[in-house]
Amino acid sequence: MTEALLVLEDGRTFRGESYGATGTTVGEAVFSTGMTGYQETLTDPSYAGQIITMTAPHVGNTGVNGEDDESRRMWVAGFVVRDPARRPANWRATGSLDDELVAQGVVGISGIDTRALTRHLRDRGAMRAGISTELDQAELLARVTASDSMTGADLAPGVSASEPYVVPAVGEKRFTIAALDLGIKTATPRYLAELGVETHVLPATATAEQLLEAGIDGVFVSNGPGDPAAADYAVAAVRGVLEARRPLFGICFGNQILGRALGLGTYKLRFGHRGLNQPVLDRVSGTVRVTSHNHGFAVDAPLDRPTDTPFGPVEVSHVGLNDQVVEGLRLLETPAFSVQFHPEAAAGPHDANPLFGRFVDLMEANKEGSAVTPAPVVESSTGEKA
Amino acid sequence: MPKRADLQHVLVIGSGPIVIGQASEFDYSGTQACRVLKAEGLRVSLVNSNPATIMTDPEVADATYIEPLTPEFVERVIAKERPDAVLATLGGQTALNIAIGLFENGVLDKYGVQLIGADVEAINRGEDRQRFKDIVRSIGADAPRSTVCGTVEEALATAEEVGYPVVIRPSFTMGGLGSGIATDEPMLRRMAGHGLADSPVHTVLIEESVLGWKEYELELMRDRSDNVVVICSIENIDAMGVHTGDSVTVAPAMTLTDREYQQMRDVGIAVLREVGVETGGCNIQFAVHPETGRLVVIEMNPRVSRSSALASKATGFPIAKIAAKLAIGYTLDEITNDITGVTPASFEPSLDYVVVKIPRFAFEKFPGADPRLTTTMKSVGEVMAMGRNFTEALGKAMRSTETTAAGFWTDAAEPADAAALVDKLRTPVDGRLYTAQRALAAGATVAEVSAASGYDEWFVDQIAMVNEIGEQVRAAPSLTPELLRLAKRHGLSDRQVAALRPELAGEDGVRVLRWRLGIRPVYKTVDTCAAEFAARTPYHYSSYDEENEVEPRTKAAVLILGSGPNRIGQGVEFDYSCVHAVMALQDAGYEAVMVNCNPETVSTDYDTADRLYFEPLTFEDVLEVVEAERAAGPVAGVICTLGGQTPLALAQRLKDAGVPVLGTSPEAIDAAEDRGEFSRVLSDTGLLAPKHGMATTFAQAQDIAATIGYPVLVRPSYVLGGRGMEIVYDDATLESYIRKATDVSTDHPVLVDRFLEDAIEIDVDALYDGTDLYLGGVMEHIEEAGIHSGDSACALPPITLGGADLRGIRAATEALAARIGVRGLMNVQYALKDDVLYVLEANPRASRTVPFVSKATAVQLAKAAARIAVGETIASLRTAGVLPATGDGTDLPVDGPISVKEAVLPFHRFRTVEGQGVDTILGPEMKSTGEVMGIDAEFGTAFAKSQAAAYGDLPTSGTVFVSLANRDKRAAIFPVKRLADLGFRVLATEGTAQVLRRNGVACEVVGKFSDGPGNCVERIQSGEVDLVVNTPFGTPGNGGPRLDGYEIRAAAVGMGIPCITTVQGMAATVQGVEALRRGDLGVRSLQELHQVLADAQAAKARG
Repeated sequence: MTEALLVLEDGRTFRGESYGATGTTVGEAVFSTGMTGYQETLTDPSYAGQIITMTAPHVGNTGVNGEDDESRRMWVAGFVVRDPARRPANWRATGSLDDELVAQGVVGISGIDTRALTRHLRDRGAMRAGISTELDQAELLARVTASDSMTGADLAPGVSASEPYVVPAVGEKRFTIAALDLGIKTATPRYLAELGVETHVLPATATAEQLLEAGIDGVFVSNGPGDPAAADYAVAAVRGVLEARRPLFGICFGNQILGRALGLGTYKLRFGHRGLNQPVLDRVSGTVRVTSHNHGFAVDAPLDRPTDTPFGPVEVSHVGLNDQVVEGLRLLETPAFSVQFHPEAAAGPHDANPLFGRFVDLMEANKEGSAVTPAPVVESSTGEKA
Repeated sequence: MPKRADLQHVLVIGSGPIVIGQASEFDYSGTQACRVLKAEGLRVSLVNSNPATIMTDPEVADATYIEPLTPEFVERVIAKERPDAVLATLGGQTALNIAIGLFENGVLDKYGVQLIGADVEAINRGEDRQRFKDIVRSIGADAPRSTVCGTVEEALATAEEVGYPVVIRPSFTMGGLGSGIATDEPMLRRMAGHGLADSPVHTVLIEESVLGWKEYELELMRDRSDNVVVICSIENIDAMGVHTGDSVTVAPAMTLTDREYQQMRDVGIAVLREVGVETGGCNIQFAVHPETGRLVVIEMNPRVSRSSALASKATGFPIAKIAAKLAIGYTLDEITNDITGVTPASFEPSLDYVVVKIPRFAFEKFPGADPRLTTTMKSVGEVMAMGRNFTEALGKAMRSTETTAAGFWTDAAEPADAAALVDKLRTPVDGRLYTAQRALAAGATVAEVSAASGYDEWFVDQIAMVNEIGEQVRAAPSLTPELLRLAKRHGLSDRQVAALRPELAGEDGVRVLRWRLGIRPVYKTVDTCAAEFAARTPYHYSSYDEENEVEPRTKAAVLILGSGPNRIGQGVEFDYSCVHAVMALQDAGYEAVMVNCNPETVSTDYDTADRLYFEPLTFEDVLEVVEAERAAGPVAGVICTLGGQTPLALAQRLKDAGVPVLGTSPEAIDAAEDRGEFSRVLSDTGLLAPKHGMATTFAQAQDIAATIGYPVLVRPSYVLGGRGMEIVYDDATLESYIRKATDVSTDHPVLVDRFLEDAIEIDVDALYDGTDLYLGGVMEHIEEAGIHSGDSACALPPITLGGADLRGIRAATEALAARIGVRGLMNVQYALKDDVLYVLEANPRASRTVPFVSKATAVQLAKAAARIAVGETIASLRTAGVLPATGDGTDLPVDGPISVKEAVLPFHRFRTVEGQGVDTILGPEMKSTGEVMGIDAEFGTAFAKSQAAAYGDLPTSGTVFVSLANRDKRAAIFPVKRLADLGFRVLATEGTAQVLRRNGVACEVVGKFSDGPGNCVERIQSGEVDLVVNTPFGTPGNGGPRLDGYEIRAAAVGMGIPCITTVQGMAATVQGVEALRRGDLGVRSLQELHQVLADAQAAKARG
């Protein structure tokens, strides 16, 4: 049993056992309250640069399998769990999580009071941290305080696909879109494909021209890691799409990029939203959805009235009920909308899944020329329109 | 959406007596509902026949009807109260069935009453198995293949189609009554027959077996804006085939990936919507094939269930409370999460701990009952434990059950090899986890144990890990701090460590070492959100982790130790007293701290006490809580006398450990419980006990029996609920009793008492403060002596005792209380024979009858007891209005109401291995699971109500079977004649028939039980008898009238028809039958009845 050390930038230290790879890692310490889906979380590019604490004590119970990865590799900077499984137990498991963490070089720590760590981060905010199996506390703290902060970090190009690729529609192709890959998860093009959408995934630095060229019917702006204020290239690309009035849908980082493209500000939340149980009010339909979240930044927009932008007024379409954070934007005169949470789930509940249908409806309407703005669609979370 | 404006008055239907499959969780949910509705400004009426509930406390609802839960009586309540709506989804299957009945017979329409929380169509869609399956398939989900059958032949044909084994599930029964698995045709034939009879609509579902599949449950809630949330996922460690109520379960689910879990969630939500549960909670059960992952929906409860109570306690999300708010129109996002105080209820709880539930069984009470666990629920209670990992929660849950073994290694086991142990795992029985550990210790692999038991490999591996840690503890040259810490982190108790390291001088030695090393638990908080938001409710559980979350406090705290898992002899009645203590201590300015491990209770509602510790009630766990609270602020002491035997057994050790034990001292408890000590108490007070002696061998017992004369009552010392008691008539039976009583030793002798036949048995609950006695109530048993008081019907005030008797009882009680040193509640059982009062036993603690007495006399005894425990006096409590200003339970006004308590027995739930009914003999060992109360102006009507509440209405016509003891024949002529005049057909045994005929009562003679075919027992079992009157008398030997009586009683219980065993009862029954025929058996609320009592007392005080 190898000992491991977790040190936060404010000096708080936890001593536990090594889990996954040995060595030293630094990143932003955050916590996720999801009780399922560690494989999806570990491979979600939005977690790049972060040391994730799982609040659920048992991790690794179902091992890993070949189907649940959300991207080509694990992205987390470090992994903190309380009780790792000794053996995987699931009919789909092809290996153990521990082995996979070692294989992918993810440095982790186990056996610490993850609830104490979570409470610390909740009260003092997400902060830089390090895990090491080789340094002492002082050395590790020095490494942590010397590391870059998440604020101002431009991480999307590092996780994005380097070359464009295409995810074909399932069955008859109805639409073709371009997806700006700022850290896209595989679930997104998969859901779109099921709706007859062919997705051309383009690297993070793709320009508006490239997006508009590849995306005949619409443009999708994906989730991703880092500070949206550092991703001016994406903001510029989105502005180009808006100017072209091509239907646009953004998720998570994509929501923040859309916000910035509209001239709204973004800011860092104290400890962010990371979990699978977050209630979000759809202000258009009046229904509450339980949604999957993973965001440390949020859009700053007034909740009580639309805001004027160069692309017409934008309203806050979704609000997080726990803390009244902006969880979605909807332009009233331009065919664009976005959400801060994850309708593609993976991991998480599928309540918000119908939003992909809303994007398809928007493209449909745009094609027919009958509407240029997202129609107020009232839908239940099963996707049936009421 | 805000609260509905059209509702001003809601009738809540409770769940009635505690029975297997429907226990005190519905007191928890119903109490929450009533409180919520009242807080919302609605008038709340409540009907529930169970007095041992917090919900029937007069302050919980505006009008509380302790009336039988039959459609007829509930209609009377509706007619009187004229509510706008009925809420029936929080009272279990009983309430739901009544609601359906009232809908179908047009009563709801007639009075313009809406059903809120769920409509009848939705209930039918959820509960009608075939319609439910169709719904499941219509939303694209899968269900086991099956057919609903109305005859045994149809059942057999279906089994041929889907292949054996098949599952039999009778429609509309609760707790899986009558269901099971048939592996071949004869088995199916028999089980389908029973199932068709058990089903109120006489259909059974025959279904493809999913035996051995992984079993899961989801608890969901929906509001009228169609917002749906999943409160909790529950994974059963016992695979499909064991009723979920009998399974060891874990929350959250441990072995599902997100993909599988979300698929289950999607299906659950779609089913909920399609069934159309508009608002409220529901529970959906799933099975997952362990190798293919095929997910099938098994069933749904469109109401708050036992699992909802568990889920509420497991997550901190109060399902019943929220369901009540949703029923009156709120939506989830409009309701604040109590725990955080800032976030809405429209979220899904996230757990950063693991919850384990273990059922508690009572097979020792039902010799001959098949101990195999099947799809029929057999457990009588459950415990829940939380830990920061599975092993910690498992260890705590195992020691919470208060069985002989308190976790691995704590009981002696027969040595066996791995193969034999693995083989044993194939049959699900109570305690199978122990066998799994033994098999692993003996060398079986995780895969072998998993294959044989059906436990998922992950769980087996966890047990294997505990086993490895145990072996390390056993084998280590010395117990290092690291190893001890590891053991504690994985749930090992000091007692378990002591069992593995005998040189450590037992549990106390381990604790001393552990404390010296500073290895102490911390207390974490149940906060619904995995620490994402701060919690405002101090709902704690222990863990061997780093950070302690107990907040400092300034007010002095009193810890109240609860009663642990419900079991026969220790159930909801004790929880009632604990909850009352909490309220009383809060009123007196203390912080009330509750410690308990039973998720089915009001006491473990985080809303009840100021602080809640969900912890095992073992010495180690309680002492750590005391220490944690001492570190947080001043602790006035611990109350051990309200939760039954569980906390009482801890009193002395806690005191020895320097913990202030409030109320009656452990020494006084010992004076009452130790037979030798108690003899001195009796001789000092000049009171008589039946002649008795103590024996540790058969020879000694035989000598005593010879001296005092048969029949004798034999029992072990220190028992509750009469465990192991028997009435013995001869040497041979005595010898066999002593031989069976394996744990007889010098420390635990057998008590041999003279059994008083034909005595009147009396129960007394009283308070004593060192100076004054307040006699709460005198209960006269309606049953003959020799039946355990918990199983007997009784009346309060006593119906045949005069003023002199009552004065004698009062004086005796006062003398006992003073001599024992009671400071609080005491229960005394007396027998009055030939005008001589004998003391049978005295228990210086809250008894099972406290809630009944409190409801009958409008005086809350447990509250007074808690105040006495912290130093108040009866005089001061009289001044404070907690007790009446003058008088007590011995001088109740003659024109006040009369209350009758009747026991409810679980015999019909048990069958022998061969599938026959179990022996239903009642005796000195308590067997009832619950009780009902009938209260009315006179004894007859009160009695009729108690019978209606326990068995359904008394018959108003039909056939009565009469078999009387000689001494009763004369007295019974008139009531039997009256029944005949009312049109009853009379069947009688020969001797009785002769007397009846001579007195002009036409009757048909039927044979005694001993007469063979066509005898009275068979006639009862055939269903032709509607009422049984049987007054037995004791004679030694087998096959005599006493045994006949038992058989008759057993048959009546089995058929669920009233069985009257005394002449008083019979006269009362006739009055009840007449009242029913007149149709004027009225209903009155407890508040009105208590007012009558108060007025009568005031009138009396004025003279």
